[in-house]
Amino acid sequence: MLKWVVWNVVNVIIKRARRTYMSQNKTYWKSVDQLDPQNEMVQKLEQNEFTEHLPVNEFLTDQKQLEDSATSRRDFLKYVGFSTAAATLAACEGPVIKSVPYVVQPEQIIPGIANYYATTIADGFDFASILVKTREGRPIKIENNSDAPSFGTANARVHASVLSLYDTKRLQGPKSNGAEISWDDFKLQVGAKLKALAATNKPVVLLTQTLASPTTHKIINDFIGAYPNVKHIIYDTVSSSEALDAFENVYGTRALASYDFSEAETIVSIGADLIGDWQGGGFESSYAKSRVPKGHHGTAKMSHHIQFESNMSLSGANADVRVPVTPAMQKNVLAHLYAELTNTAISGSLPADLARAVSKAVARLRASKDKAVVTCGIEDVAAQELAIAINQYLGSVCFQPNKPLFHRQGNATHVGQLIDDLLAGNLGGLITVGVNPVLTAPNGSKLEDAIKKLDLSVAFSIKENETAVASQYTGATPHYLESWGDYQMAAGHYALAQPTIRPLFDTLQFQDVLLSLTGSSTSYYEAIKSHWQESILADQSWSQALHDGFVITNEVSNYSATPIATAAHVRSLNAAEESGMSLVLYTKTGMGDGQQSNNPWLQEFPDPITRISWDNYLTISQEDAKRLGLKNVNVANGALNGSYANVSDGQTTLTVPVLVQPGQAPGSVGLAVGYGPKLGSQEEMQVGVNAYPFYKNFKSVQRVEITPADGYHEFACVQLHNTLMGRGDIVKETTLEIFNTKDKHYWNAIPEVSKNHIEMPVTSPEVDMWQEFDRSIGHHFNLSIDLNACTGCGACVIACHSENNVPVVGKREMRKSRDMHWLRIDRYYSSETTFEGDNTTKENISGLGDSLTTFGEMEQAAANPQVAFQPVMCQHCNHAPCETVCPVAATSHGRQGQNHMAYNRCVGTRYCANNCPYKVRRFNWFLYNKNDEFDYHMNNDLGRMVLNPDVVVRSRGVMEKCSMCIQMTQKTILDAKLEGREIKDGEFQTACSKACGTGAMVFGDINDKQSKVAALKESDRMYHLLEHVGTKPNVMYQVKVRNTEA
Amino acid sequence: MASHYEAPIRKPLVTGDKSYHDVTVDVAAPVEGQANRQWWIVFGIALTAFLWGLGCIIYTISTGIGTWGLNKTVGWAWDITNFVWWVGIGHAGTLISAVLLLFRQKWRMAINRSAEAMTIFSVIQAGLFPIIHMGRPWLAYWVLPIPNGFGSLWVNFNSPLLWDVFAISTYLSVSLVFWWTGLLPDFAMIRDRAVRPFQKKIYSLLSFGWTGRAKDWQRFEEVSLVLAGLATPLVLSVHTIVSFDFATSVIPGWHTTIFPPYFVAGAIFSGFAMVNTLLIIMRKVSNLENYITVQHIELMNIVIMITGSIVGVAYITELFIAWYSGVEYEQYAFLNRATGPYWWAYWAMMTCNVFSPQFMWFKKLRTSIMFSFIISIVVNIGMWFERFVIIVTSLHRDYLPSSWTMFSPTFVDIGIFIGTIGFFFVLFLLYARTFPVIAQAEVKTILKSSGEKYKKLRDGNE
Repeated sequence: MLKWVVWNVVNVIIKRARRTYMSQNKTYWKSVDQLDPQNEMVQKLEQNEFTEHLPVNEFLTDQKQLEDSATSRRDFLKYVGFSTAAATLAACEGPVIKSVPYVVQPEQIIPGIANYYATTIADGFDFASILVKTREGRPIKIENNSDAPSFGTANARVHASVLSLYDTKRLQGPKSNGAEISWDDFKLQVGAKLKALAATNKPVVLLTQTLASPTTHKIINDFIGAYPNVKHIIYDTVSSSEALDAFENVYGTRALASYDFSEAETIVSIGADLIGDWQGGGFESSYAKSRVPKGHHGTAKMSHHIQFESNMSLSGANADVRVPVTPAMQKNVLAHLYAELTNTAISGSLPADLARAVSKAVARLRASKDKAVVTCGIEDVAAQELAIAINQYLGSVCFQPNKPLFHRQGNATHVGQLIDDLLAGNLGGLITVGVNPVLTAPNGSKLEDAIKKLDLSVAFSIKENETAVASQYTGATPHYLESWGDYQMAAGHYALAQPTIRPLFDTLQFQDVLLSLTGSSTSYYEAIKSHWQESILADQSWSQALHDGFVITNEVSNYSATPIATAAHVRSLNAAEESGMSLVLYTKTGMGDGQQSNNPWLQEFPDPITRISWDNYLTISQEDAKRLGLKNVNVANGALNGSYANVSDGQTTLTVPVLVQPGQAPGSVGLAVGYGPKLGSQEEMQVGVNAYPFYKNFKSVQRVEITPADGYHEFACVQLHNTLMGRGDIVKETTLEIFNTKDKHYWNAIPEVSKNHIEMPVTSPEVDMWQEFDRSIGHHFNLSIDLNACTGCGACVIACHSENNVPVVGKREMRKSRDMHWLRIDRYYSSETTFEGDNTTKENISGLGDSLTTFGEMEQAAANPQVAFQPVMCQHCNHAPCETVCPVAATSHGRQGQNHMAYNRCVGTRYCANNCPYKVRRFNWFLYNKNDEFDYHMNNDLGRMVLNPDVVVRSRGVMEKCSMCIQMTQKTILDAKLEGREIKDGEFQTACSKACGTGAMVFGDINDKQSKVAALKESDRMYHLLEHVGTKPNVMYQVKVRNTEA
Repeated sequence: MASHYEAPIRKPLVTGDKSYHDVTVDVAAPVEGQANRQWWIVFGIALTAFLWGLGCIIYTISTGIGTWGLNKTVGWAWDITNFVWWVGIGHAGTLISAVLLLFRQKWRMAINRSAEAMTIFSVIQAGLFPIIHMGRPWLAYWVLPIPNGFGSLWVNFNSPLLWDVFAISTYLSVSLVFWWTGLLPDFAMIRDRAVRPFQKKIYSLLSFGWTGRAKDWQRFEEVSLVLAGLATPLVLSVHTIVSFDFATSVIPGWHTTIFPPYFVAGAIFSGFAMVNTLLIIMRKVSNLENYITVQHIELMNIVIMITGSIVGVAYITELFIAWYSGVEYEQYAFLNRATGPYWWAYWAMMTCNVFSPQFMWFKKLRTSIMFSFIISIVVNIGMWFERFVIIVTSLHRDYLPSSWTMFSPTFVDIGIFIGTIGFFFVLFLLYARTFPVIAQAEVKTILKSSGEKYKKLRDGNE
């Protein structure tokens, strides 16, 4: 208050002074004589300020008095001036911002302007070519490298990986037995021990993640040349070993087949989460292409996807037909599918409904011929080979063994052998790189003891994890955004990784260490460069390759296929049986193999299927849950609780919370790996249970006993109501047949209201209460979301989190339904077997009594429901209900269609959020930054480096929401203006549309009539969410077309 | 007016053989006497509750609205429920003093002072909530259309919340002026009787130099009438505007044209119930049974019964319109109210507000002091639930099922509500000991026409 007063006073003084000064510029004539410059009198007057005699002598003559006084008049004025200024300045204390300016400004860095670098993530689980956005030298966001022909889309984990760079729990330097050590000593000591081991020829194992790095493999080979007792073993934490074995058996190379689903007409998947992490993932873009109906009305085509699976996966949720099948039955299904397709004899028969489903699948496969494809996720070499055989039989164009993928190379047999050797004491040394077997191997604690007994144990790790703690030496490795690297993800697809920031800590890449241990003086960077120039780059330049982040060579691999023993495989698969419950381990979309579990964005990311954050859980079918007495209940504030169950495979018993999962195959239960307490992560992030002890022999399917345990677990689930309640106008959908044969008004009717007893569409100006503004001038932004292309993968959710500095609120607050996500992906289950059935049920309600019971029943999801995903963010209504109700006009409409939110003006009445029909507004219930109660990245200097300087960090008590990334659209406009050009279609982007790898989200200017989004606005499939409310949103959806049979 | 003849069949409004002096003494007694033990106990409890609530408010403001049970879907719950509840209670005062004045209902004279005091105290409670429910209450002054240093920033005149600001502040100021005007001759009476200089000083200040001249009385009457005329539309407008907070929204269950009359009826309903609650105790404690008679209570009960029935009709109309509209969201909202997870709140509301006042059809019950007291409490519980039902059950399940959730209060929500009840009683108890709780000057005007003593005298003469 005082400051305010002083500030105003000072302002007034300044204004007065300015006014006086201005007035002095005017000339005031004193007499006519002044016109004559020669006039002596005038000159004299002008030179003499004081025309009259000043009585100076009177006080200057009194010498004594003058000498007595220490202060002269001028001094006095100086003192007054100084003290006033000082008092004023002292009162106006500004916030102190510590910043270190560049002494020498780097040429490429202009404050306020982002630099992008192409690089590659290859953490052993996720492989993608990406762009890294850096601001003032700080990487702040990951974006898709859309130029890359494959692996160019980043999933949610990759988008979140930038935050892992600023993880406070990272290893900050090399260690020896827990004590800090210099890199020189590290190399010296490890080198000495290696030499000693080499001298005695004691075996040493170099255990790495899948590196897929040509230069690294070369370095490792040189290393092995120097130390012949070293053996290199590749360990995939989550293995695809059987698929690799099968491919190797058939095609002679240890790789995985590539799939391109874009041309697919029929996709049959047996246990393969083909748009999830199946065989390393990366197929969702081509899958989504086949899912959007293409072609003219009447003859539009899209793929038909049949999924046989036990856990409800993303693929199952997107499939047209989903058949819940237990793991052993999946093998039978595959055998029968093969037999029926190829008309070979097979003994026994499937249960009637399964047999019907298989017959239908076979009919579809036959009809689509080479445009059909079968994918298989069964961890069995025979099954994998049989799937290859089916695709060969079909001549599938989607199945591409000649473009093999190298992003999974682990060998289960080798790792199994290593563990046996280790436990038997046959090893002399172990060097681990990027893997944490002590945590992720089933017999971790034994492994820990064995590692401690080794002569030499080195762990190269970014975290001080369990293996690092057990090892003698810990080599702190940099984050991939601080590293060099080269990768061969697929045949002919080479990628480069470059540092986007100087290493934050005293870290070295293990390749550099290996090089110096080998005695080489080159750095890893030099090694990559020379290897590329020698072997990979033909006529391309190194700089160009580095700029692009990848190089495509015309390598063609023409493998000749070895015949597959199909008859034997069919027999063995058909004989598969199971008893009791099957546990099916899986990786969650947000957590993967769990190496980023200390990443608060990923912990807070709601699982696309269950919408639970901060947890893993045992998914169980309704039938089994009822039988075992396991329950999910909602407490008074709506939050979800689940019973605990003991899961035991005979050796290991875990107490796990239970989630009743619609669509789970009865007889099977699901559990995600990657969670649980682990070293090198913050206490808040140590949620869930570690399921790796069940991952025995790299088999994700295990036979388990399940018994109920006491108590309830508290989940943090962001969607507490699972069904659509027959509200078909929210997620509008139709079938391909209706889409092709019926008029738009039949399957995508605009709702109507009655005015003067005349029905008219709600979009008609006749029924509009509001005055329409002219929006034809300037830009008018719209976002289109295609419900056919959206797979629910959630990359956009994390991209939005990252772009817009969305706070992390933690499990406790998430449980209170206070998630802050600006963009959410709603997931609905049908209550009948289809959503269409729900609509019919609701339509057929007659009378009060019926509605009471029916609506109650509709709250329950079906045992095997249809699933729908719907991304929802602020709809930027042109007639926004939030805007009218804000008493202080903190939210108002922009010319370009955005619904603005002026955080500074918001007083926090939450009226806008209440009046939002889409419930997209998020309130800052607490101070989420620099608050020890919310000890996530925004509470430490390191973590705050990830914040986007273009977006304000909101304070407590204000409402926030999606801004349609106005900072991005404004940047585009300003750039074009500076360059004096028109904006091209596709230049306008939002974080979500940019992150969307499936093309579901298209953003742009509808006033640009040539733009993609303008065309989508006119599409027959276009509808607005809750159109009947009359909000006229600037976000539109495209009706979901299902290729289901009537 | 005072000498008007009143029919003998009308029951006397002042019982007991009261003379003018008796009225003076009776009304001045609580002010001049010492507070008894019971008063101190009740005051102590109220003060504790108030301080507890104050603590909760301080906690909220210093930590954040997150200390309440709200979430992304339910953005208002106890805060606005309490706000509307207190505003509603505040309605009876003005209705009794202004509308009944215009209608020349003399029975109001015994109760209007306390009813208006109640109005002012409850509007103070109500006014707290819109401020503390804000995320940044220190910026609450931004809702006022005052010249500011933020450039051309102005309030949003479209927002019903802004209308609330005007409605409530107007209501509070008009009520306060009206109340105080009525108090002037009574304060003067206490001043004139005061023996202690300090007391005399205070009451002379409070009475604004009232001398009792004929001109004073004439102006007093005129001002009262003018203020009554001004206040009457407010009775209708305040709660109408409060109802606009909901009625102008797009949320099913809020977006209802019936809200203005329904809210006004509900407000009068709850206000009269609160007056009953307070006066039944006060007439006993302050020995005012001869002024606030069973007849008064009976009349109040009749108003409660009528407004309760109006509210009941409104509830049923809402259900009917929801069905008749054919809008599925609307239908579900009301079905969910009655049978959803908050069915108990709905049926608590129905029982308390619609069924319980129907007992007042029986003369025996509506003239029973104890029964009236119980019903008055029940009605106010019901009216609290009404607002809870409207706010929370409409919000917790609106359009998109993905956002459906539940609300459960925290100790802070409860603490603040209890705190306002405490604050209200602190104010009312202080008022009861320092203010003339009956408009004695007005009562004296009807003593000769409606006082039992004079009626008897007249009967004897005939």
